[in-house]
Amino acid sequence: MQGPSILPLALENISLQHEGLPILDRINMLVARQRTTVVLGPNGAGKSMVLKVAHGLISPDAGHVRWSNLSGAKAQTRQAMVFQKPVLLNRSVLSNIVHAVRLQGIDKAAAVHRAHMALERVGLGDLAGRRARSLSGGEQQRLTFARAWARDPEVLFLDEPTASLDPAAGWGIEEIIVELRREGRTVILSTHDLAMARRLADDLVFLHRGRALEAGAAATLLTAPRTAELEAFLKGELRW
Amino acid sequence: MTDIAAGFAAAFQLLLSFDAGLWEIIALSLEVNLAAVFLSCLIGLPLGGALAVYRFRGRKALIILINALMGLPPVVVGLMIYLMLSRSGPLGSLNILFTPGAMIIAQAILVTPIVTALTRQITEALWLDYREQLTSLGSSRMRAIPTLLWDGRAALFTAVLAGFGRAAAEVGAVIIVGGNIAHHTRTMTTAIALETGRGNLALALGLGIVLVTLAILLNTAAWMVRERSMPEAALLGVDR
Repeated sequence: MQGPSILPLALENISLQHEGLPILDRINMLVARQRTTVVLGPNGAGKSMVLKVAHGLISPDAGHVRWSNLSGAKAQTRQAMVFQKPVLLNRSVLSNIVHAVRLQGIDKAAAVHRAHMALERVGLGDLAGRRARSLSGGEQQRLTFARAWARDPEVLFLDEPTASLDPAAGWGIEEIIVELRREGRTVILSTHDLAMARRLADDLVFLHRGRALEAGAAATLLTAPRTAELEAFLKGELRW
Repeated sequence: MTDIAAGFAAAFQLLLSFDAGLWEIIALSLEVNLAAVFLSCLIGLPLGGALAVYRFRGRKALIILINALMGLPPVVVGLMIYLMLSRSGPLGSLNILFTPGAMIIAQAILVTPIVTALTRQITEALWLDYREQLTSLGSSRMRAIPTLLWDGRAALFTAVLAGFGRAAAEVGAVIIVGGNIAHHTRTMTTAIALETGRGNLALALGLGIVLVTLAILLNTAAWMVRERSMPEAALLGVDR
């Protein structure tokens, strides 16, 4: 990771509506450096929207996204996002990564080198020449991680990255996330998977019906929830 | 029936004997058609891609207009080009009326809306899938256009073939602006019309056979391109 840090990230009073219905309601959130922040909540809570607003894919109707001293556009070059459903270009495994790296203005030879290194790290080194879309679901998701990794981001947004994978593939992805964290990258992860949150989270933001009901250290919130909603969610009794 | 059988026999004889007159017409037709399709692609592919990714006032009206232009009557186009290029017309000084150049312009005007409209449709569907991922990677809309065109190349090849089909089958416009002059502007379609009128069915049928064979060959090539670029569909047994 090169250059000054773009963190901390602050979401201030973020509100978002869709067709008149509130999706996010005055969300406040602070993300510190080199932490894994998990945005936890049931389906439809607005977790993906929080990540997309923070990453700059969606403009909020109200509120601000602040990245240290940088503007959103400059800060975006230091971020990467992995989506729940892998979106891969109709080309080879290697070309998918090279394309992503070259968008950073890096020359082709360096991009190819980075792509090979990233593929090795996620265990896809032997599949560089294969068509990306012919990979299995787990391999495709690993490829999206390799693509993100090759761009050397300081901040990684992971939108339910294991939601559509079998347990074995999910474990493989979690190992990659742990490795990314070990390198000092900051991870912001959305999930409804409580066990995953327990394994990975340093900090936690609990979302319910578009509102951030609780935020703080994961170890504290997961053992001593302050709201009835989080308590019910931890017991698997929360109705959405 | 006897006339038709005799016509086919004579046609094959002409083709197999490499009749110079016949092959001259075939060569000019291909030259005009391919040049017109090339021009249409130069305009239609980026324009269709831009219509897919950009949002601006009047976009819907422009799409409707381009879709409507797909059904442009060739004789009307021919007449308009004739008036423009005739000695008293605004482009009369170019002095290209009754030349292959005028025929290329006329066919390009007929083919461009087809290539543009189909490109817009194909790339817009891709853009819906790719938009968030490409934006996340820092790709501008302008930069996304070549990505979409490359990834949609198999479907776009079919769009280009549709354009070529329009050009190859066209007779009304080229006969007006080309004049069907022997050894100069006589194409397969105009020659078929002329020779049928003269009762020279062998030559007319020979040209017809070449036209149909060309269509089959091009569609076979299109099929092979799709097979190569979408092997995962074959793997899954997806009906294309």
